Formats: sequence, C-alpha cells, structure tokens
Amino acid sequence: MKRNSLTVRAGLALAAIALPAVLTGCGNSTSASSNGDVKTLSVLDYYTNEPDKTVIGDALNQCAQKAGVTIDRQTITGASLIQKVLQQASSKTLPDVLMLDNPDLQQIASTGALAPLSDFKIPTDGFADGVLQAGTYNGKVYGLAPTVNTIALFYNKDLLAKAGVQPPTTWDELKAAAAKLTSGGQYGIAFDANATYEGSWQFLPFMWSNGGDEKNIATPQTAEALQLWTDLVKSGSASSGVLNWKQADVKDQFVAGKAAMMVNGPWQIPPLDKVQGLNYGIVQLPVKTAGQTEVAPLGGETWTVPQTGNKAKQAKAAEIVSCMNTDQTQLSLAKQRNTVPSKTTLAAQFSAENPKLAVFTNLIKSARARTGELGADWPKAATKIYTAIQTALTGKASPSDALQQAQNGQ
Amino acid sequence: MTTATTSRVRTRPPASAEPAPRRRRKLRRETLYQWGFLLPAAVYLALFFGYPVVKNLVMSFQDYGTATFYTGEAPWVGFENYAKVLRSSIFSTALTNTALFTAGSIAGQFVIGLALAVFFRKRFPLSGVLRSLLLLPWLLPLIASGAVWKWILDKDSGALNQFLVALHVVPTGVPWLTSTSLALVAVVGVNIWVGIPFNVTILYGGLQDIPDELYEAAALDGATGWRAFRHVTWPMLRPVVSVVLVLGVVYTLKVLDIILALTGGGPANSSQTIATESYALSFAEFRFGEGSALGNILVLISLVFAVVYLRASRRGVED
Repeated sequence: MKRNSLTVRAGLALAAIALPAVLTGCGNSTSASSNGDVKTLSVLDYYTNEPDKTVIGDALNQCAQKAGVTIDRQTITGASLIQKVLQQASSKTLPDVLMLDNPDLQQIASTGALAPLSDFKIPTDGFADGVLQAGTYNGKVYGLAPTVNTIALFYNKDLLAKAGVQPPTTWDELKAAAAKLTSGGQYGIAFDANATYEGSWQFLPFMWSNGGDEKNIATPQTAEALQLWTDLVKSGSASSGVLNWKQADVKDQFVAGKAAMMVNGPWQIPPLDKVQGLNYGIVQLPVKTAGQTEVAPLGGETWTVPQTGNKAKQAKAAEIVSCMNTDQTQLSLAKQRNTVPSKTTLAAQFSAENPKLAVFTNLIKSARARTGELGADWPKAATKIYTAIQTALTGKASPSDALQQAQNGQ
Repeated sequence: MTTATTSRVRTRPPASAEPAPRRRRKLRRETLYQWGFLLPAAVYLALFFGYPVVKNLVMSFQDYGTATFYTGEAPWVGFENYAKVLRSSIFSTALTNTALFTAGSIAGQFVIGLALAVFFRKRFPLSGVLRSLLLLPWLLPLIASGAVWKWILDKDSGALNQFLVALHVVPTGVPWLTSTSLALVAVVGVNIWVGIPFNVTILYGGLQDIPDELYEAAALDGATGWRAFRHVTWPMLRPVVSVVLVLGVVYTLKVLDIILALTGGGPANSSQTIATESYALSFAEFRFGEGSALGNILVLISLVFAVVYLRASRRGVED
C-alpha cells in the first residue's frame, strides 16, 4: 500500500514536469508574419440564424472584396461568444474582425483587447448618441454598429378590434387594455421577466421613461415601473410564465394567440410575417402619463478591431469595419434585417422607405445605451434589476422592498 | 493493483538462486516497467484532473475577471472571494436548495429505483425489453430532455397541466416552473426521472448476486414477500446500497444542466443551487474568482461524501 502511493506520487511529479512542455507546445501557433501582404481576415460573429447569417455574410464579403482580401468567417451562438473571445484573448488568437453585442463592448474594451477606431481614422460622425455611447470606452470609440434596434409594443389587431380596445399609450390604458383582452386561455400581454440580462433589458424602457436610473434602482420612479409589471402579473393579465420566458418564447405566445400584446423587438418581424392570418401592429411602449417621452434601450451589435499585434491585418480589418458602417451598407443591412440605421442622418430617408419600422426608427434617435452610465459595471446593475423583478413578480416582496434588497445585495 | 504486485513478488523464485548484481539489474528494469505502465495514467490524471483542480484552487484566491484573459494579470486577493461568496445573500438560499435538491432527488431515485429493481428480478415476458427501455432517460442528452420537460411543465400550454385540468384535479394550470414554492419540487421531480436508470441498473446488478438458495431457505422458515425483502434482500444488498447512495449524492450535488434548462435557477433564486450560482458567477457575470471559490466549496462538500464512499467501498472489499 505504502509503496503504491509512493509510486503514484512520483508519477504525478514526473507528469507535472512534462505538463508545461505540453502547454507551451500548444501556445506558439499565433505569431503570423506581419508583412503588408494580407490575403485573408478572420471574422467572428454570432449571427447563426437565417436570414441574418447570409445577409451579414454577403455584406462582409462585399467589403472584403473592396479591401482586396477574403474573409474566413466563424459564427457561434450568442451565449458562447464572450467565453470564446476571452479564450482567444488569453491564447492570443483573437480574430481580425470581431462582432460584439453593444452592452459587452466596454467590458471587452476595458481588458485592452480592442484597438481604438481613431487609430485607423474611421469617421464616427452622424451616428446616434446612444450608438456612440455604447461604442465608447474611456473617451475612445472602439466599436460601431451599422444597424441598431430597440423594443416596442406589438399588438394583435384582430384581437384588439374584437375587444374594442385601442393600442394603449399610458400605463393605465395598458392595464385596462390587458385586463379586457384577458379571457380563457388568452392573456392580455406577454413580456420577458426572465432572470437573465434579457429580463433587465425588457424592463429598462418602463424604468427609464419614468425617470428611474440604473445607478440606484431603489427609487420611487423605478418602484412605480416595477409595480406596473407586478400588477399585470398579479391581476392575471400576464401569465406568471413571464418569469421563465425568453423573448423568443414571448413571440411564440403572441403567434399562438395566447397573448394579445407583447413587448419585443423588430428581429421578430420576419417570423411574424410568415404566420398566415396574423394581423399585427407596432406602437411605442406606453409611458406612465400622457406626454412623457419614452426612453428606449439601445440594442444592436458593434464591429471592432481586436489587438492582434499584426498591424497590416488590423489596417485591413479597420477597412472592413469602416465599410460595414457606410451609409449604403447601413441602409441595405437595416432593410434586410428589419433594424434601424445607426446614423440619425439616414433616419428620415429610411422611415419613408420602411414605414413598418418607423416606430423603431423614431425611438433610436433618443435611445439610451445600457452601458452609457455604468460602462463595464453594467452587468452588475443588470443582475440587480432582474433579481428585483423576480422577487417582486413572485410576491416575495413589494416592488420597493425588492428593489431596495437588490440594490443592497452584494 | 496492490494484490497483483504482492502476488507477483511472492511467486518470484528464492533470492539465492541468482547472483546479486544481475538480480539488482533485473529489479531495476522491473521498476522501470512499472513506471512505464503508470505513466500514461499519471499524465492523464495530471492533465485532465490535477491541472483543472489546481488552477481552480489558485483562481479562487485571485481577482480573476475578463481583463485577466488578455493581460494575464490576476492580483492575489487571499480569502476575499470566499468571504464575498459566503456573505452574499444568495449563499444560504443556494445551500438550502442544494441540500433539499440532493436529499429529495436521492430519496426519490432510490426508492423508485429499488422498487423497479426488485420488480424486474422476477422474470416475465418482455422484462428484458422493458428494463432496457428504462435506460432511455440516461441515453437522452440532458439539454434535449430538459427542453421537453420545460414544455411539459409549462403553466399555460404544458401537457401535464392540460392533463390535470382535463381530469379536474386542478381548476387552472399549476405554475410548476414559475412559482417560488413549486420550482424546486419540479426540478427535483425531473432529476428523479433522470436518476432512476442509474439506481435500477446498479441495484439490479446487486440483486442478481444474491443466491436463490437464501430465498429458498428463508421461505422454508416462513419468510416470504416483505419479510424476505427485509431479512434477506436488504442485508445482502447493503454494500451496493451504500455505493449507490454516496455516488448518487456526489452526482446530484453538481447537477447543473437540468436546472439551467428548466428554470435557470429562478424564479427569484428559488431553484438556485451552489452549482448553478457558481456557473452564473463565472460564465454570466465573468467573476471567475468568486465563481471558482463557490465551486471549491461545492467540491469540498462532495469530498466529504467521496471519503464516505471510499471508506464504505473499502469495507465492502474487506468483507
């Protein structure tokens, strides 16, 4: 027995000596020669679903053609993108062009893994304030989003007409309309109160429009917004399923006629249009009292140039990022992907050509970036927000207590 | 391993048969062979077991965030991560949930598993087919079965609620996954379903080892049915039972995928366990230091049961 364990221990020691050799053996594959002759650029993004996958791929290829390179593109699911990027950052294998969801940009920029776009003289004028806010870290712009989005109220025209209800514009109207539209297996409204960042994102327009702020969520303004959501669930106008639904589940409820209204974004338009006999409209999300302006949260993905250490490739990558953000690309991407061009200068033209997206186009002008105030600390605030939402909607605490607890927590 | 070595040593010819230097050389070569056989296993253990464990341990004492991946800098913070994790309001909830989840799952899996194993001990037509069908939950990818269960348990359109409402057992849909008092119960229920095949398989194997003569003898003494189970099956099965239970506890403590697929730890953390919270800290909030600290606490808890298992199995061998 004793002899055995001694052998095992000695074996482990031997292996420990061999280990570093194995590990260093894997790490040395990155130092590509940095001559000026760049032929291919690697690209990483999370557009795994059609039509986005092809639309973005085509745009990238067109830009690559202009820059005289070819694209080696990799698409992975949204949930694993940041993990992948962190892995690549530590093994020094970051792609030449990287797509990041806008609330993640500052966190990645803060690590030093991204190059400021000013290094490559990429123009940043004409963009909506929120878009630049989201792309900026420590005063420098690191990423630009060609098209952006936000959320609004989708309503089933037939169901509303049958109940004699107008699309609501205030919270009181929303509660009344939702109550009237609830009967049998049909709920008045569906939204996403999931215990993830998606739940926080859906709550933001209600919170912000009423004067709430993510720096401190234990305020009466935010409590009023949370009270609205709590009332909707408590009264039965919204299913308690909202606690476990993602935005895609919310869309499914709406499509199935189980929710007469829903909070969702323009990326749901293609699947909604495919449904036979579904007659829907889109309006701004209701505000507490008539006359308040809605503050919409800004969504959308930015394109960045990671610090790969290869200057020639980075310069070419910057050309791609710049090309993805020209007026022409923005308009064509926005139209194909049902999103909004991020340059406010294009809004009027785009609205006229795409009336269905007019509501979103209007909201984007004043939309607010989630990381605008807290930067890389946004995830902490987002966690507090969804924690409070879940506590209040399950009835474990009143909205104001739930917010206070979440604000104090950790 | 031990027995093999000693038996080989014993069968070796008496020492005086060979001259000393040759014997020594032979001995050295034999040691070398032993090392050679050991090396692959040792390298494997060090790479895929030792390295992650050590790395995780080191990480839990560092401020390991997103920046660390690019800069490689992870400042040493001592026990700060542990203090943060233990002080967090979620910890006590997660610990209680972990205990309830584990106890509930094990109790359910074991009782149902044992009942099925005893049932299948009797040979009847199609018993083999049925027994292999029982393995199905084990063969399905958990994310897939999790998605199906999420639909079954849905409050409004779930199959279970439609069934219950149609039978007038409940007036309206039960919020299995969205009520703070039911979410953990639902998750435990699904985990029991997942764990039954493991319990049936091992316990059935144990039952096969009990000689039929014992039952015959017991029957002569008038012990049949429940009494035969109580006085023959149970005592004979005890070593297997302890193995099943302890392994079950260790497997259940670290369950992650089912909870993530069904509730994501919600609503309001009511199904949050140490494993899911550790995952959320590391891979949703990217606070790897705190995530690994919490992970290590879980490893420590599992270790207690692993030691119990090792002692139980050693006693089993000695018997």
